[in-house]
Amino acid sequence: MIKINNISKSFGDKTVLTGITGEFEKGKTNLIIGSSGTGKSVLLKCIVGLIQPDTGHVFFDLRNFTEADKEMKSEIRREIGMLFQGGALFDSKNVEENVMFPLNILTRMSEADKMDRVNFCLKRVGLEGVNKKMPSEISGGMKKRVGIARAIVNNPNYLFCDEPNSGLDPQTSVVIDDLIMEITHEFDITTIVVTHDMNSVLGIGEKIMFLYKGSKLWEGSNNDITHSGVKELDDFVFTNKVMRSLKGT
Amino acid sequence: MKGFGRYVIFLSSLVVRRETFKTYYNLTLEECVQIGLKSILLFMLVSTFMGAVTTLQTGANLVSPFVPRFIISNVVREMTILELAPTIMAVIYAGKVGSSMAGGLGTMRITEQIDALEVMGINSASYLVLPKIVASILMYPLLVIVAAVCALFGGYLVGVLTGLLTPTEYVYGIRYGFNPYFITFALIKTFVFAFLISTISSFKGYYTHGGALEVGIASTQAVTTSIIAILLADYFLAYLLI
Repeated sequence: MIKINNISKSFGDKTVLTGITGEFEKGKTNLIIGSSGTGKSVLLKCIVGLIQPDTGHVFFDLRNFTEADKEMKSEIRREIGMLFQGGALFDSKNVEENVMFPLNILTRMSEADKMDRVNFCLKRVGLEGVNKKMPSEISGGMKKRVGIARAIVNNPNYLFCDEPNSGLDPQTSVVIDDLIMEITHEFDITTIVVTHDMNSVLGIGEKIMFLYKGSKLWEGSNNDITHSGVKELDDFVFTNKVMRSLKGT
Repeated sequence: MKGFGRYVIFLSSLVVRRETFKTYYNLTLEECVQIGLKSILLFMLVSTFMGAVTTLQTGANLVSPFVPRFIISNVVREMTILELAPTIMAVIYAGKVGSSMAGGLGTMRITEQIDALEVMGINSASYLVLPKIVASILMYPLLVIVAAVCALFGGYLVGVLTGLLTPTEYVYGIRYGFNPYFITFALIKTFVFAFLISTISSFKGYYTHGGALEVGIASTQAVTTSIIAILLADYFLAYLLI
């Protein structure tokens, strides 16, 4: 479980996050949603430690990450897998080397064990026979899958996904969403997904935190998001005709 | 001053939370190939022509019955060892390798590859930059030695082929009044320049923010700042060591 307490962040005069508190449960896909510019990605980066929050604390299973020393931070980070918006695959390495990278750096596994683990993860995300391809030779959806394989290769306890569907077609988006949810349940990990994609929200949002102008405005699940009674959330959810017709029913 | 302070903090961050020796060893070897072996042809080409042109121009300026011909190759040797090989090559090295370092790191920054390393608990600065610095310090002196030999060879070819001086005169001039300390001095310069170019270029690339435009700006800044640093260091080293 990941707990955040009173997270605030400003860049110069611009306040991006204001006193965000919440819990992200283990074995569930926890979503942080909101319009562009509401601070979703900044909150995610504060949680994983890429950005230092101005106030507040982040706890990874009761371990205070914000005040941890470098050793402890490094230890916690080795339990984290992250899927970045653009995949963030290393250009100079092929698919296999990208997925194997965390094992090379963080473990002392034998080459054969590493290879088995890489092939297992690639198979798990539905990618076989692309081991030797370079990132520039594969599609956006495949890059995301390789990113997921790399994120889970070291058996993480925490999985973070920043806009996993950006730039993907609706069908591939669903595949990626389903994959994230299946992996979360299968490995019983704490997953946090930042998204503004309503298909994802309705499809995999087991626990949802809605941000509006840098503040948490609502928390719930995909079952009750359509009747939250929060105007700002309704404005976000019911933006198109299909969603408005759903509201009518 | 703020930029210099950040540069010093950046340098200190390279030596904390390091990975295993084996990791750095492999990365350094890769960098040696990238920045050393892949630059050697350019260095040979430029230095050969540089030596040839220096011989022709020195010859053109020393047309006097009172000046022995071997002085031409003597001047070429001093210029090559003291300035052309270590310093002018450093400018070329900054343009080729420095801009590549800054561009590569800048691209890794804007495509979140550096963030990915950090999230894995890896000190990205140390992991990415330290091998580049070590490889530069190892390879640049070797490149300069190759360049110096090629420059002297280029001078020999042109001097002999144009009839400016005989092979015996050229070799005599090269050996005449040779001060071995100048080699030491040139090598000291190469270590300093390699360190400056690799650290400044990496610093500029590592802290790139924005998009493709900013990566281009970082590459340009890496080259210009490196060249200014080279020229300043060249002056101070000459002032202190000669």
